[in-house]
Amino acid sequence: MRWSIFAQRWPLVLILLILLNLAVLLLHLMLGERLIPPVEAIRTALSLGSGEYDFAIRTVRLPRACVGLLAGCGLALSGTILQGITRNPLASPGVLGLNAGAAAAAVAVIVLLPSLPMRMMPFAAFGGALLAAALIYIFSWRKGKAGVSDRILLVGIGISAMAGGIVSYLLTLGEVLRVTQATIWMAGSLYGRTWVHVWPLLPWVAVLLPVLVLMSRSLDLFQLGENTAIGLGLRLEKMRFLFILIAVALAGAAVSMAGTVTFVGLMGPHIARGLVGSRSCRLIPTAALCGALLVLLSDLAGRLVFQPYEIPVGIVTALIGAPYMLRMLWQRAGAFK
Amino acid sequence: MFRWFGIGGLCLLVAAAFTASLMYGIVHIPAVTVWNAFIDFDGSMEQLIIRDIRLPRALIALMVGSSLAIAGTIMQALSRNALAGPDLLGVNNGAALAAVIMIFLLHYSSLQLYIWSAFLGAGAAGLTVFLLGSMGSGRLTPTRLVLAGATLNLLLAALTQGVLILNQQSMDTMRFWLAGSLTGRDMGLFLQVLPYMLVGTMAALMMGRSLNLISLGEEVAGGLGQRVVASKIVLIGIVMLLAGSSVAIAGPIGFIGLAVPHIARAIVGSNHYWLVPYSACLGAALLLIADVAARFVLPGQEIPVGVVTVFLGAPLLIYLTQAKEVASP
Repeated sequence: MRWSIFAQRWPLVLILLILLNLAVLLLHLMLGERLIPPVEAIRTALSLGSGEYDFAIRTVRLPRACVGLLAGCGLALSGTILQGITRNPLASPGVLGLNAGAAAAAVAVIVLLPSLPMRMMPFAAFGGALLAAALIYIFSWRKGKAGVSDRILLVGIGISAMAGGIVSYLLTLGEVLRVTQATIWMAGSLYGRTWVHVWPLLPWVAVLLPVLVLMSRSLDLFQLGENTAIGLGLRLEKMRFLFILIAVALAGAAVSMAGTVTFVGLMGPHIARGLVGSRSCRLIPTAALCGALLVLLSDLAGRLVFQPYEIPVGIVTALIGAPYMLRMLWQRAGAFK
Repeated sequence: MFRWFGIGGLCLLVAAAFTASLMYGIVHIPAVTVWNAFIDFDGSMEQLIIRDIRLPRALIALMVGSSLAIAGTIMQALSRNALAGPDLLGVNNGAALAAVIMIFLLHYSSLQLYIWSAFLGAGAAGLTVFLLGSMGSGRLTPTRLVLAGATLNLLLAALTQGVLILNQQSMDTMRFWLAGSLTGRDMGLFLQVLPYMLVGTMAALMMGRSLNLISLGEEVAGGLGQRVVASKIVLIGIVMLLAGSSVAIAGPIGFIGLAVPHIARAIVGSNHYWLVPYSACLGAALLLIADVAARFVLPGQEIPVGVVTVFLGAPLLIYLTQAKEVASP
């Protein structure tokens, strides 16, 4: 074993984050309406337990925590990519309109097609995110030079506004119960998520995370500006397209399973950057773990703080995320040029 | 000289749109009847529709359109950013959130309550963004200011959703208001909001010189003898009044504040003595037209006007990003 690897900080950070994630996962299994002792919780999760807690853990809490973890990873990774290719630390799947597109599609399904079973909803949400991304890509594509990054963001905001308009309109159409359901979905909630929601999400994160690490050098080149990157051999348009596709896939999958959880895509990469720096090969796994931790902690807080009421996880992340972001802007306003 | 003709032309446009708003709709009422409704009222159904339903609606559209347009013009001058507007920078959502919270806390809904809470919300949100916009030694670039506003919007929207989920009953009443709509408001309510809008509009018309100076940059303005801080406070106050009262009566309506100043600037240039009145007239005309369109887009039913303005305005925003580098006024 090469002990010198521990001379650098980042492997320690990664290990710490993994441990933290596991710890919070355990807390998710333990805490709730019934308090389950930790050893029993672990044993039941690994199906070595006494069977007494099987329902609570294996059917309710464990899958929910897994969905939260995976969704957090996916959103944070998506945010990392978007911030990398737009060179803008304020980019995130939410601001860009991917969330809004998914929300518009999901709300349309909930309100207009109430007979459609809920398990088809994720496909609709994914489709909405893809459509929004396609529109953004089409409108911001220009054979041209600097400013494309800015354009993507501005077009994203425009698409986001249009999707928001559609959502507002749809909300006035349906009857109140469905509308409330739709609003809860839009707030981003892990309530009632079971294994059915985990399996579709798992391959996206499990496959794309290593792929991204392999592509990390290209992502780094974006930071240098377009001309330099091309000069260093980056196939700019092709890589940009590929990265956006991956970002959309990750965000779309996460949002389709968990609803539109805000700010994770913004905060995850940002916290990670503070911990391990901007090199993508380190940033990517760290951001994923930070995102997962964020969602798990927020969900825990949302479940426990106002028992027996649940606060949707998206609202907790918004409550943490927005002040964080505003503070970040406040501090760095002078540095933005 | 041409500018005077321009204003005259715009006023005619507003008058035409106003008349159209009275005439067209699910029930088409000929112009003669409209005229008679005011001059020679005979209690018929059509004339009642005009006086009690369409007239307030048209008046509200006129005032809200012009108020939002003026608010947008001021915001763009203050932040020296072509992409500013009450909806993009969180002012509309702030007003909406404040109204939703008030209704949730006080368990009763009246327009009076909406109005005051909308003012507070608009003011708080507007202040936040302006503080962000003028922090530090450098200012935020246009894109970053818009991103800050978009992020603020996300937060405000999430909080609004949270409150609405908690209280299903308020969800039912609020969802129509939140879509931005001009229907269902009667004259009495409008008259309550009107004074604020008029005060804001007149104040804005008088601040033309200050606006011109501020849009040159703070150091330059200060060097040219303007009391920068005092002007900024007054201008932010005007924005609060105009945007807050507009959102109060019509709900959050987007993109008028962003798009109209751009169009006006294309016609008459950046001199705010002219820009403010032009924006006001254009905003009124645009919202009136959008309102008429909202009655016809889907056969047999009406869409909230806020949806129509988004679909008009968002492509304009996208076009603006395409056509040239985003420049400041």
